[in-house]
Amino acid sequence: MLGPRGIAGALALLVVALCAARSAQAALQIEITSGVRDPVPIAIVPFARAVPADGGLDVAEVVQHDLEGSGRFRALPREHMPATPTRAEEIAAALWKGAGSDYVVVGRVSAMESGQVAVDFDLVNSLTGARLATQRFAGAPGALRNAAHRVSDVIYQKILGVRGAFATRIAYVAVDGSPPAQRFQLIVADADGANQHLVLESRFPLMSPSWSPDGQWLAYVSFETKHSGVYVQLVRSGERRQVSARAGVNGAPEWSPDGRKLALTLGGSSGNPDIYILDLASQDLTRITDDPAIDTEPVWAPDGHSLYFTSDRAGSAQIYQIGAQPGARPKRITFGGSYNARPRVSPDGSQLAMVTLDNGAYRVAVQDLASGTVRVLSHGRLDESPSFAPNGATLIYSERDGDRGALATVSTDGLTGLRLKAPQGEVREPAWGPFNP
Amino acid sequence: MTEKASMRRVIVVLLVAASLALGACAAKRPKPAPPAAPDANAGTQGSGANNTNAAGADEEGAGPQAGLLATRVVYFDFDSSEIKGTGTDVVAAHAKYLTAHSDTRVRLEGHTDERGSREYNIGLGERRAQSVRRALLLQGAADAQISTVSYGEERPAVPGHDEAAWAKNRRVEIVYLTQPLAPKQ
Repeated sequence: MLGPRGIAGALALLVVALCAARSAQAALQIEITSGVRDPVPIAIVPFARAVPADGGLDVAEVVQHDLEGSGRFRALPREHMPATPTRAEEIAAALWKGAGSDYVVVGRVSAMESGQVAVDFDLVNSLTGARLATQRFAGAPGALRNAAHRVSDVIYQKILGVRGAFATRIAYVAVDGSPPAQRFQLIVADADGANQHLVLESRFPLMSPSWSPDGQWLAYVSFETKHSGVYVQLVRSGERRQVSARAGVNGAPEWSPDGRKLALTLGGSSGNPDIYILDLASQDLTRITDDPAIDTEPVWAPDGHSLYFTSDRAGSAQIYQIGAQPGARPKRITFGGSYNARPRVSPDGSQLAMVTLDNGAYRVAVQDLASGTVRVLSHGRLDESPSFAPNGATLIYSERDGDRGALATVSTDGLTGLRLKAPQGEVREPAWGPFNP
Repeated sequence: MTEKASMRRVIVVLLVAASLALGACAAKRPKPAPPAAPDANAGTQGSGANNTNAAGADEEGAGPQAGLLATRVVYFDFDSSEIKGTGTDVVAAHAKYLTAHSDTRVRLEGHTDERGSREYNIGLGERRAQSVRRALLLQGAADAQISTVSYGEERPAVPGHDEAAWAKNRRVEIVYLTQPLAPKQ
């Protein structure tokens, strides 16, 4: 396998304490584990504030954290800034070029008469003096942090040509304690780990969160009845319903691209897990696989016409593709190594992320579906549960860091990464949500 | 290699929390999972006619304690669901007891070690539970006496991340239930 092993390994550069834990357990801490060799130098000048409407949020600091966390940018420290403009017309390009910044971001937060708060910003190329973006995001004061992430998204896209995924959310499972005194929490947070929101808490396992394509719902597995069940829950209100608690295994729900169905694993009373599709409105169930092997972990191709899944029908866990209709025949997709499982498909359908057994260690790998080329992207021993960012540029996954489970990200080119750690207990099974409208 | 060099810089950024949550996340109240009761999801829809969770009847009991019956755990090799060694004797003892006490019920809880993906491990834990179930049935127990559940790697018996811990976690637990089997019609 052609793993980009250039990522510097075990760096313990810790660093950011995110302070947004409100109802959930303590905040995640972020450390940047690797980055590109020549990040883009950029200056993000402190925005003009609108105290107290901005709630104390330093928008420029959030933007700087987003961009540096991507590993693609290097921000000019504030104490080295030659000036403090807040509008594009106040920028003396030569001054910033001299300070080593190719780009300058300036902006203003203002309170509107409607009670909303507006963020205006300009992105200027200090080498050419050209203004690359001028944009306003307005919203409720509580959405200011999200507006800052949207600013980051625009800057990322204008400079790198790829839509940023900072203004998105992740779901994950946090676990504390050991049986029988375990505590499981299903948590939703901003993509940077801030702004945590407790969705569900249980003494019994919670597993396999999956976002609906509109970002409103989560599907997941709960053992709260001492039996596995698949549930769907509206993130905003907490409203939930059980959609499957049949005999045997009920697991691995994955929302269809049209949001109307779940692919899932059902074991039945015979205990043999197979892949099914559940229509959420009609509750009609369609069987997709019928094999004595363990068939599980289905995920939809972006066009909704086929599913990828894990099966040990050939003697060890490998990934297969099958049409999303009864009677379809599976086609084997992975051939390298003795263990490839838990597939996820990139948003453009071209790449398959998976867990692979690599020299005795479980690692995150990406297979190019056209060429079959596999690249191992992570470097832990028990890495699992990769999930693509909606822009396809980054994967989030979970790793074991000593006795703790942490979340980590890696760019799909393997060049940049960071880690999100819980100060206690374990965080795992991250699922990256869709772009917000 | 060089183009993949790391950014070995310590970045110190202190993020200030937004004092208000995202508008889209207005409801912040934790939702404890409802207790294990058949009507736990009252007011919701879609429980389905196939809901076999007789959770209210699944109170765990002490069960028999004589000899091998006090042993409630059967262990397995990596990625295997084959009952072997003393596990064979343990299963035989429980099969004999269940055959002689036809109103007694057990739940077989299948578990795996932490290696591999979580949902695959749910499948593997189920396969182990089914392996014990089949062995019990072959030796005289009745289908109605036995239920299975797989927790995969979610409920390890011991912490730790080495072979010694993994060996203790690859198991099926035999849990005796207090509610007797309803007499046959």
